[in-house]
Amino acid sequence: MTSEAPIIRGMGHSVKRKEDPRFLRGKGHYIDDFKLPGMLYMDIVRSPYAHARIVNIDASKALALPGVLAVITGKDLDAAGLAWMPTLMSDKQMVLPVDRVVYQSQEVAAVIATERYIAADAITLVEVEYEPLPPVMDPHKATDPDAPLVRPDRDAKTNHIWHWEAGDAARTDEVFQNAEVVVKQDLYIPRIHVCSIETCGCIASYDKIDGKLTVYMTTQAPHAIRTVFSLVSGIPEHKIRIISPDIGGGFGGKVPVYPGYVIATVASLQTGLPVKWIEDRSENLQADSFARDYHISAELAAKKDGTMQALRVKTLADHGAFDAAANPSKFPAGLFSIITGSYDLQAAHVEVDGVYTNKPSGGVAYRCSFRVTEAVHTIERLVDTLALALSLDPADVRMKNFIPPEAFPYKSPTGWEYDSGNYPAALQKAMAKIDYAGLRREQAEKRARGELMGIGISTFTEIVGAGPSHTFDILGIKMFDSCEIRVHPTGSAIVRIGVQTQGQGHETTFAQIVAEELGLPVENITVEHGDTDTAPYGLGTYASRSTPTAGAATAVAARKIRDKAKKIAGHLLEVSPDDLEWQDHKFQVKGAPGRSVTMKDIAFAAYTNFPQDVEAGLEAVDYYDPPNLTFPFGAYICVVDIDRGTGMVKIRRFVAVDDCGNIINPMIVDGQIHGGLTMGMAPALLEAITYDEYGNIQQSNLMDYLLPTAMETPVWETDKTVTPSPHHPLGAKGVGESATVGAPPAIANAVVDALSHLGVTHLDIPITPWKVYQILEAHGAAEA
Amino acid sequence: MIPEDFTYFAPGSLPEVWDLLRQHPDDAKILAGGQSLIPLMKFRLATPAYLIDLRKVPGLDTLAERDGALVIGAMVREAATEHSQLIQRRYPGIHEASAVVADPLVRNFATIGGNIAHADPANDHPAMLLALRASVVAHGPNGQRTIPLDDFLVDTMETSLAPDEVLTEIHVPQPAPRSGSTYLKLERKVGDYAIAAVGVQITLDGDVCTQAGIGLTNVGPKAVRATQAEMFLTGKQPTEDVIREAARLAAAAAQPVSDLHGPEDYKRAMIRTLTARALREATQRARAGGVSA
Repeated sequence: MTSEAPIIRGMGHSVKRKEDPRFLRGKGHYIDDFKLPGMLYMDIVRSPYAHARIVNIDASKALALPGVLAVITGKDLDAAGLAWMPTLMSDKQMVLPVDRVVYQSQEVAAVIATERYIAADAITLVEVEYEPLPPVMDPHKATDPDAPLVRPDRDAKTNHIWHWEAGDAARTDEVFQNAEVVVKQDLYIPRIHVCSIETCGCIASYDKIDGKLTVYMTTQAPHAIRTVFSLVSGIPEHKIRIISPDIGGGFGGKVPVYPGYVIATVASLQTGLPVKWIEDRSENLQADSFARDYHISAELAAKKDGTMQALRVKTLADHGAFDAAANPSKFPAGLFSIITGSYDLQAAHVEVDGVYTNKPSGGVAYRCSFRVTEAVHTIERLVDTLALALSLDPADVRMKNFIPPEAFPYKSPTGWEYDSGNYPAALQKAMAKIDYAGLRREQAEKRARGELMGIGISTFTEIVGAGPSHTFDILGIKMFDSCEIRVHPTGSAIVRIGVQTQGQGHETTFAQIVAEELGLPVENITVEHGDTDTAPYGLGTYASRSTPTAGAATAVAARKIRDKAKKIAGHLLEVSPDDLEWQDHKFQVKGAPGRSVTMKDIAFAAYTNFPQDVEAGLEAVDYYDPPNLTFPFGAYICVVDIDRGTGMVKIRRFVAVDDCGNIINPMIVDGQIHGGLTMGMAPALLEAITYDEYGNIQQSNLMDYLLPTAMETPVWETDKTVTPSPHHPLGAKGVGESATVGAPPAIANAVVDALSHLGVTHLDIPITPWKVYQILEAHGAAEA
Repeated sequence: MIPEDFTYFAPGSLPEVWDLLRQHPDDAKILAGGQSLIPLMKFRLATPAYLIDLRKVPGLDTLAERDGALVIGAMVREAATEHSQLIQRRYPGIHEASAVVADPLVRNFATIGGNIAHADPANDHPAMLLALRASVVAHGPNGQRTIPLDDFLVDTMETSLAPDEVLTEIHVPQPAPRSGSTYLKLERKVGDYAIAAVGVQITLDGDVCTQAGIGLTNVGPKAVRATQAEMFLTGKQPTEDVIREAARLAAAAAQPVSDLHGPEDYKRAMIRTLTARALREATQRARAGGVSA
């Protein structure tokens, strides 16, 4: 018996995305595409004040409007014990306020109506009487003795939430005391918004006959949501089904539970009818959770020759009115302690203090792998600050201080064990690709002519794939992930995974993993996820964790199937399984390559001709608990030109060399990098959320919040090195957030480099044209 | 993002439009594309009870030179001016202004007539058309009158149109030989409102500037004419020194306020930079022979 090896297109193939035909033809199914019979619509009354006491809510005029069925207030929810809900960070959050609002655009009441337009009209008829209170807007003043209390509901009568630290303070201080050079830099990483193209929304549908609640929801973590809903509502978990359909971008913003989901669910429980709630763009920007907002003060100790020795960091984290970040439970500041980056330091100590302010909840992990963006920006800026102080080339300083390739696995001074890396190789590749030496010569010539050009480097280390159960959980649920594979008799398969795509291409890449491991053509493999009634339990997709966790589970589950298949193959070939080897995606008899069977043959036999001592069927489940995180990295070099007449920064070239270990689909990885770089450029040059002293948000629509388009996006030049993860079954690492994390400091460093001869040592992001122009004008460098 | 209730009319003639305006004197708005009005309604910042769409009114889509002037009908879409050979060849400033209004999808609907009649100082056409010394035709039940754009623009979102008048045409004097125009806009993101923008037209006789037009976008309660700068340029050779002084005078005419688009000082400086650059470009265009027939 012999069989031709099938065409698999597994690992390493740029398989076109299986999901794209429906997206490109407008046939995706997003929340707002679903219409259920008898469906009602919800709209939300929001607070105009950042901080106010609610004196009275009069809903009588709204209720008088034909088509309005109910107006739900905090007092209604309070009676059911649902006015508050737990956050993922051991805090609690108002669903609807009973007596006070704590940020502008906070949910105050909800209208349920038969038509979407009636609901929109009705919210203007709900009369709310407020007594404004002074808001806390500046986190630096939040802990002043006379600061108003944002959260009087808490036992601790302070706006200070928590203090967190990592590393060795005494050892770090000692190195600093003896250091030849200390550079210090304050940085502000501004508040930004994920601003996914699809806003948040849900349809809650409670069936009063069988007592089952189905919630269609834009969530990145459907299983975790089901458990939280069950714990909060008391509905048994098997009577709750969360369906996360096609999602138009998540980026961390669709991990939290927003009040709208809960209110819509309460409305459906009351009416027994489906209730749809879809945010509009302004609600999304004003009220949903934010990212970043870290005020950082960092110091680096070094020798005069540029050897970096120790890092000391103090941070004030603005968390808004509720600590509703979506970090693993033990990590209130996320994985910020990766802040020593790609460099071999003797010591480090990092502290973060979280405070409440009268702003929406902050701390969403916006494509940043849990606060890694803030960490990378800090260390990559400090390296440049040191190079500038010592008149050294920033590339040389990096090369001098990289953790050497032979030092892996590397134990960092803040306690992480980096799995693998080769940082010099990535930087060398980027420098060669962009002709770094040539650029420096060009810069010198241009500077002599008064022209402004800068070169910026970022050699970042990511930390993704949370995570090992000994360290990582969310609300006590360990951060494993899962896969279930069922091979059909004719050699096709269905794969169900615990993670949830929002554009990452899971339907393609997970099929490729199974194709590779089982020797089945990728087109014969269907990937399903997002329905808690069918998919195995998982923690969802964020923090670049899908490939490190569920991707590993998929490989392991496939290998379990292959182990069983081997027994059937021995039966078919009439040899002992021990005499078989897996070669060219089929089982063949050792030493007799002509005698082989494919997985397609084996699958048919698994249902028609299986050995006596083997169960029928061919399926497996794996719940994968990763032994460690993965540490993808990259070397980015950015070249900017600055218009001396306007202060406008133009990115002329940007070379990104990424290393995410072994690659499943190079095209999809390239797409991830392109999107990530654009999302990294955005906060460097364009995006920021700010508030005035009264607590009014100043960017509440896409006229004011500068989301980049293709027109603002330069041509990204991508390349790669491959340093496999030693502990991941496929040698793969996550990649979804590398570029967002790595890009901002490359751009900021380039702009500072362009202006360094004017005495500029730092610019906070976003680097607006007027910040640059004011510098030029002050130094007589502006165009006359 | 859902507007209040309103009644929509799409009358087929100007008299019907006037009738509707008369019937609803306080709460009707003319719809001429909707680039600005529709978003205002969706935000419920504008709540007209009646919308009178001009799209079915005949005769508002002229785009041609007639009797010494370019005539732009009130309902000529931005996309039409952007792609018109006539505009590109003879009125490059209008072409450049049309090309930076919002985005291509909006430009397929938006009209220059609406852009002017909305009288938003952040809109791109008013400043360019000031520089070109355009006028508008207001047509009411008692006849039509021609109003210089300087007099038409009264204040932020306020014009000299009477309640029952409709802006039907924009007239732009045909440029003299050896004229050059340009529109320069500074924006952080494509389709955004300008941080500042400048529209310029220069006419040369020999190498002497015989007429200069300079309009400024988004640096005052309405589009600003830089009169002092225009007067300074007239009768002089546009040398680098002259251009710089004119740019300084234009910046002095700007009345910007600090907002999300930048601090006041920066905007004023940008008017200087942009005016100098626009004057250099327009002068070069004029010297190169200017507009061709």
